Amino acid sequence: MAKDTVGKTFGVALAVCLVCSVLVSAAAVSLKPTQSVNKALDKKRNILMAAGLLKTGESAGSARIDELYGNIEARVIDLSTGEYADVNPSDFDARKAAIDPAQSEAIAPAKDLAGIKRRAKLSDVYVVSDGKRIRKVILPVNGKGLWSTLYGFLALDAKDLNTIRGLVYYEHAETPGLGGEVDNPNWKALWDGKKAYGENGEVRIEVIKGQVVPGNPAAQHQVDGLSGATITARGVKDMLQYWLGEEGFAPYLDKLREQGVS
Amino acid sequence: MADKAKDVLFNPLFNDNPIALQILGICSALAVTTKLETAVTMSLAVVFVISMSNTAVSLIRNFIPNNIRIIVQMTIIASLVIIVDQFLRAYAFDVSKQLSVFVGLIITNCIVMGRAEAFAMKNGPGMSFLDGLGNALGYSLILLVVGFFRELFGSGKLYGIEMFALANEGGWYVPNGMMLLPPSAFFLIGFFIWLLRAVKTEQIEEEN
Repeated sequence: MAKDTVGKTFGVALAVCLVCSVLVSAAAVSLKPTQSVNKALDKKRNILMAAGLLKTGESAGSARIDELYGNIEARVIDLSTGEYADVNPSDFDARKAAIDPAQSEAIAPAKDLAGIKRRAKLSDVYVVSDGKRIRKVILPVNGKGLWSTLYGFLALDAKDLNTIRGLVYYEHAETPGLGGEVDNPNWKALWDGKKAYGENGEVRIEVIKGQVVPGNPAAQHQVDGLSGATITARGVKDMLQYWLGEEGFAPYLDKLREQGVS
Repeated sequence: MADKAKDVLFNPLFNDNPIALQILGICSALAVTTKLETAVTMSLAVVFVISMSNTAVSLIRNFIPNNIRIIVQMTIIASLVIIVDQFLRAYAFDVSKQLSVFVGLIITNCIVMGRAEAFAMKNGPGMSFLDGLGNALGYSLILLVVGFFRELFGSGKLYGIEMFALANEGGWYVPNGMMLLPPSAFFLIGFFIWLLRAVKTEQIEEEN
């Protein structure tokens, strides 16, 4: 048949590709602003969930989220000194900073537990207060899992800056049902009350294989593993080790303790 | 003509249901039916994708060279699925997060390709549109039925609204956890097929 010539084949393939790519890019570009608004709102919602101000699965409109978000103050810190930096948090984009050579530095491979290669010099942190006192400090964490980089928030109790109050991930592409279970409310609930640091200030928190044996002295530093998701679980452990360590938020947490914020 | 259009549109609902009779598209029917909300969104997405892909494939069916027809169909289907995914991310962010990979997996839903190859390549755009719509509705019907029972008995809710007072909140209903797991969708689809074939005995396969 005439339509099966080589020329026609290439012609049709080219035409189909052109039309499809125009449609797909038009949709992607024109919907981008709305998607960004959603993403920003979702980030706030996850900060609120890490802070325990919003229950998991609770649906809240943007007005409610903004109201609750009033309890939270975003700050930007210098990771190496732990001091607050003079940067407006709304102008600070942690993702951009991490890949911008001027705003980030390479991590020595031996120290790169989280597998992120570069680390921004600054970081955003979120301080939760109830009007009078600081209750919690929320730290953004990220690191490699199996397929993707996981982005999440770790909430520490301001009382001792050691007790974990929650860990939520707001963006990842791990296997649904296996690594994706980092979103499982039952698993997330296990983090509440765990101690991040040991007696000498070393990072002790870990995700173990299997179940934590209650009564074991190390149990306060351990969280059950995720079955079928060894690598994701290891990624979670490694990124916490990294971000709670000297390269991460340890200087900032030390400063907070010195100043007696808690 | 009008009769044929009616057949093309409504046959896939009960007489020639893509899931119940052709046993296609089971995978996504298991994955997205734990809640009505995701089932409804998935249904709408599939309705859009199949009717549009059928129409588009039918429109250019006389130009598609035989040796690359499958890849041309795939390209069209994949583009439509990406567009749907982008829309969901913009206007139904929470649902799109729950559906996660399954929106993207509409591309591999056998019903979509099946209809493009079996019907749209041979029929005009109008009929192909109706055929796509009909098959998508047949698929949606199962999704909604399964989603209805799974959410009702699995979490005592419908569309997120509590129907049964749950035991852990002082009510009487202990949720059936199995309903939230994929096997329950198999059971429900099995019951649906049983019921359908009890009414429409001509669908029963002959024993050999």
